[in-house]
Amino acid sequence: MSEHYDVLVCGAGPAGLAAARAAGSRGARVGLVDAQPRPGGQIWRHDLRFGEPRAARRALAAASGADWVGAAQVVAAERGGLLLERADGAISLRYERLVLATGARELMLPFPGWTLPGVTGAGGLQALVKQGWPITGRRVVVAGTGPLLLSVAAGLRKHGARILAIVEQAPAARVRAFALGLAGSPATAAQALQLRLGLIGVPYRCGEFVQAAHGDGRLQAVTIRTPRGLMRLDCDHLAVAYGLVPNVELAHLLGCRLERTGPHAAVATDALLRTSVPEVFAAGEVRGVGGVATARIEGRMAGLAAGGADAAADALRRTQHKARRFAAKVARCFALDPRLYALAEPATIVCRCEDVPMAALTGFQDARAVKLATRCGMGACQGRICGDALAAMGRYAQPQAASPLFPVRLATLCEPRTDSLSVTST
Amino acid sequence: MTARASMSKATELQLEIDGLPVSVPAGANVAAAVARATPAFRRAVLGEARGPLCGMGVCFECRVRIDERDHQRACMVLARAGMRVQTLV
Repeated sequence: MSEHYDVLVCGAGPAGLAAARAAGSRGARVGLVDAQPRPGGQIWRHDLRFGEPRAARRALAAASGADWVGAAQVVAAERGGLLLERADGAISLRYERLVLATGARELMLPFPGWTLPGVTGAGGLQALVKQGWPITGRRVVVAGTGPLLLSVAAGLRKHGARILAIVEQAPAARVRAFALGLAGSPATAAQALQLRLGLIGVPYRCGEFVQAAHGDGRLQAVTIRTPRGLMRLDCDHLAVAYGLVPNVELAHLLGCRLERTGPHAAVATDALLRTSVPEVFAAGEVRGVGGVATARIEGRMAGLAAGGADAAADALRRTQHKARRFAAKVARCFALDPRLYALAEPATIVCRCEDVPMAALTGFQDARAVKLATRCGMGACQGRICGDALAAMGRYAQPQAASPLFPVRLATLCEPRTDSLSVTST
Repeated sequence: MTARASMSKATELQLEIDGLPVSVPAGANVAAAVARATPAFRRAVLGEARGPLCGMGVCFECRVRIDERDHQRACMVLARAGMRVQTLV
């Protein structure tokens, strides 16, 4: 027999925590699953030195009624049940209703030198540093686009990093217009100002981007393209943020309809966040990148709807739309300069798992043909990195998920350990 | 010592990276421990050294051998005292 839940929530970030709380408040027996050993997701990831922000602490406490199933990677799914892998074996969980709050990952784009150790996602470096990565005294360039650059730079600086520059690809005029627009939402403006204040003395270079990384065995310098030409900067870390990609793989495996407004798929839902599979709901980034405010409100809506409280969920739709509108504004302001999609040179590795260079893709019309001929997208990450990138670059459609969702031990697929499932309260 | 100072002084634990002892604060992940020893986590197909890219379990660039088990994502596993980690496998 396996553990059975009225509502099972996948993903313990802001959306998942809100969903767990809301479903629990309606009397449902709730399970909360995440691949990370601690709840919080990416943005609310536990920081060894500084703990969590107050909002995260509150959300964690409020979801404590749910059974916490941490460090558990979902590897396969069928209607009514999930197969998960943990270090000590496989477990299977059953559910009446499922809330997908699987969040998003960072979009990485290939450029010369991006495979050097020291080049990471911006949110990625933030996550590593929160879990003890040594950053004190290290020279960091934060580059890419969006408000995330500021929050990552401020976070790293708090941990003792030397932020050499924040390189924002959007032109200064657009960034200024965006900042002025924040006056309409004072809480956001105050937060933005606070971040900026934590960054006094750090150059905020707009309309520029990192074109190449250099080093021997590890990152040692970057080349920045400025309107006045190229600039070289010695550094130990480059943290890049080009945007986010929804984690739709589990939804796809469950048969939920996906939709595509840009190069990357998101989960389609109705107004109460039901997917095309009736017992499966989706909330937050997995429906399309919407930020933490959207994730929190949609998590609550999905949790309420999954708990049978449709009217209560419906009452939150205005707040949800407001959060979504703000996210759309951010996306418009920080739309990527097309030159960022064309930085890879013929010798630049595009598929990092199988070491396939850009030149090897020449002449192939679709991802399947390129896969068969070059193994591009067939490695351990299953095309999550190169597939997202090539889709963004307009080369091939984003690859579709297949089971198992992550590389898995054979024993997991043969013999799920269901008799001694150990779950603990958060 | 003030309460604040004592709080920031987290308990350290010791593990082995490629046979050498490394200390990390309790609660750190294996990636944080490896980073104290070397920038190179795994060897790519063509021989290049790689380190973490995504930091959140997606890219598999931080794969190492942990206690004789291959292909463990260093960013997803909490460091434990006495753990034996091998890079570049």
